[in-house]
Amino acid sequence: MSANTAYDEYSDDGVMRTADGKPLKRSLAIALRREKLRSFLLILPLLLFVFVSFLMPIADMLFRSVENGIVSETIPRTVKALEDWDPGSGEAPDESVFAAFHADFVEAFENKQHTRLGLRLNYEQPGMSGLFRKSGRRATKLVPPYKEGFVEIDEDWGDVETWAVIKRASPPITDGYFLAAVDAERTSEGIQMKPENERIYLFLFGRTLYLSLVITFSCLLLGYPIAFLLANTTLRTSNVLMILVLLPFWTSLLVRTSAWKVLLQQQGVINDFLVWTGIISDTGRLIMINNQTGTIVAMTHILLPFMILPLYSVMKTISPSYVRAAKSLGATDWTAFWRIYFPQTVPGVGAGAILVFILSIGYYITPELVGGTSGIFISNRIAYNISTSLNWGLAAALGVLLLVAVMLLFYAYDKVVGIDNVKLG
Amino acid sequence: MKLNRLLLAASVISLSASVSAVTANAMDLPPCENCSDELTVVSWGGAYQNSQVKAYSDPYAEATGVKFIYDESSNEAVAKLRAMNEANNVTWDLVDVEGPDAVRLCDEGLAMEVDVDAMLAPATDGTAASEDFGESLVSACFIPQIVFSTTFGYRTDVAAWNGATPTELCDIFDLEKFPGKRALEKRPKKNIEWALICDGVAKEDLYDVMETDEGIERALAKLDTIKDDVIWWSAGADTPQLLADGEIVMGSTYNGRLFSVIEEEKQPVAMLWDYQVFDFDGWIIPEGLPEDRLNRVKHFLRFATDTQRLADQAKYISYGPARASSAPLVGKHETLGIEMGQHMPTDPNNMGNIIVNNIEWWSSYSDDVDAKFQAWLAR
Repeated sequence: MSANTAYDEYSDDGVMRTADGKPLKRSLAIALRREKLRSFLLILPLLLFVFVSFLMPIADMLFRSVENGIVSETIPRTVKALEDWDPGSGEAPDESVFAAFHADFVEAFENKQHTRLGLRLNYEQPGMSGLFRKSGRRATKLVPPYKEGFVEIDEDWGDVETWAVIKRASPPITDGYFLAAVDAERTSEGIQMKPENERIYLFLFGRTLYLSLVITFSCLLLGYPIAFLLANTTLRTSNVLMILVLLPFWTSLLVRTSAWKVLLQQQGVINDFLVWTGIISDTGRLIMINNQTGTIVAMTHILLPFMILPLYSVMKTISPSYVRAAKSLGATDWTAFWRIYFPQTVPGVGAGAILVFILSIGYYITPELVGGTSGIFISNRIAYNISTSLNWGLAAALGVLLLVAVMLLFYAYDKVVGIDNVKLG
Repeated sequence: MKLNRLLLAASVISLSASVSAVTANAMDLPPCENCSDELTVVSWGGAYQNSQVKAYSDPYAEATGVKFIYDESSNEAVAKLRAMNEANNVTWDLVDVEGPDAVRLCDEGLAMEVDVDAMLAPATDGTAASEDFGESLVSACFIPQIVFSTTFGYRTDVAAWNGATPTELCDIFDLEKFPGKRALEKRPKKNIEWALICDGVAKEDLYDVMETDEGIERALAKLDTIKDDVIWWSAGADTPQLLADGEIVMGSTYNGRLFSVIEEEKQPVAMLWDYQVFDFDGWIIPEGLPEDRLNRVKHFLRFATDTQRLADQAKYISYGPARASSAPLVGKHETLGIEMGQHMPTDPNNMGNIIVNNIEWWSSYSDDVDAKFQAWLAR
């Protein structure tokens, strides 16, 4: 090319340049970066919101399940003094530990921290909170020798196990809550399962998963035909049907649960009707509530729309000509459905199943109201630990385990069915 | 000068007018200095809160013009107060809780310790408040209002009982004589005590027995004998509803709930007072209130916990006043017109056998026993 093509796209060094002479690559990158920045600024408020209201609380919860600063912060000198003491020796610590403990205790009492520490240690060993509360003011007035003084207030202070518990609980990070969440505990002989009559959490995790699967399956069984009907009738009928699906969906959860109570109880509508028709006798009334049946029935009803709606939206898009083609090629009704129609609805089935399963795994109000004793979920225990026993560490650990379980199932689902193969609408 | 005198005269007139308005309400409220003019009170809602509004806050608001905001969160007060405290934003001024929660909140440093004698009015005969309240003062942070009890109600029209009615606690465990479903609370507290008493443990040995593993096993074994016939309740309203529906033939609940089923709804239900379990309900003041709000709370509390006000509350609900000096003043029900004295858990006729909720013991052992109890329930 000649020299007068100075503004040619290729300069001498072979780099593509823009009109003002900058390399095209760089200028493009700048433009793109500006674009990216602009879109980032647009989503920034949402990002901040999600961060503050969703990610931070979850991180806080995760941290609570291992956090244990209270012991080493409240009684730092005692924790240090206990380092040299071996619980295996079979003897209570010596005077130096008690002196350190007294100094810590006086300070803790002034700051009203001693009873809080007692509550924390009570999770490890029942009776500790009473011991700390009882010692209260009397312990602050002790004079040396402190060991005798403390033992005089309560002989538990002379017990090896009391100090072993304090020593075990002193690290700032603890696995105690996670152990408790899987029915295990750390004793002087190491980690052990709790006695048979105190194990409850693993069992409840199992039951929660099992009942959630049953509920998901029964939602699918009931929801599939309804969604099919919705997608394949005239617009008029399907609108009416849709309202019938959505009306309960918009009704308060508590109202619907209470309605099931009225229907299912032994003196309830269904039993009365069955007795009246003579199908069952008056003494043989069915027990359909305050047990697993109650939970399954009420929750299936409550979660049904979450199955029907994704199924419907997928079925709506399936062209009827495929099934017609299959039939014209000689397929029976069943083969045409199973080989042609059903595979096309799998994305809807997957979406509905995941929705229902994940919602039901965290349910607790309905099981609490109609579940009796055999129909309660792990979330009921989490709620108990949050609001009644105030053991937030244990509640957090249970929550983390539940989260992990759900993520594992999600991962397994992705491997087996494929998460791309899910359509929410 | 003339103008000044006129103003003075006018203010004297208005002062005397306001004084007469107060005396017309028959109360001598001292002035409240540096006090907020709003009070956020947390209570239980329903008939109970209504009795507090009628007996305490309405008269107080009338005399002082203070605005009351009621929050029906007592059920989860402990957890919420802890969360508020962690967030450094306590919005409640006064919280109504049961005795065990008061102990818990005090232990956590979430409730303020109170000097009962300095803060509350003495009885009308001059008895110090601490003496008048007696053993209802379960915690240094607790200002008691009422005594309530958990006890049994039974249907009076059960054909299968052939005219017999339960007369003592252990009839609950007698499936032969009294067949039918029973309702018990889905918590170990009280059930364990009742089971052990019916298994032959003396009342004074109860908590020594319960402290051992065998003691709890023994109680659960006793409960095993009726387990198949028990519906477990979690809300106080469940048992009255189940009784009225005929779903159960007997069940435990709070005595005030049974009173309303029997006297207000006229259902065929009767009370069984044997071994009722006494509990106290009262106020706590959250720790760390600003001065003006605290002053207002103290001013209100002195009024709302005096002898007459506690007796007044019993006009609206069948819970006994926590002050000994209030008992003789308990009168008739405001709308039903029946004498309330006999419906009080504290009535001598109802107090043949009682257990007082051992808050101290349960605060240490409830988590442990609850785990065992829930594991037993799930078995």
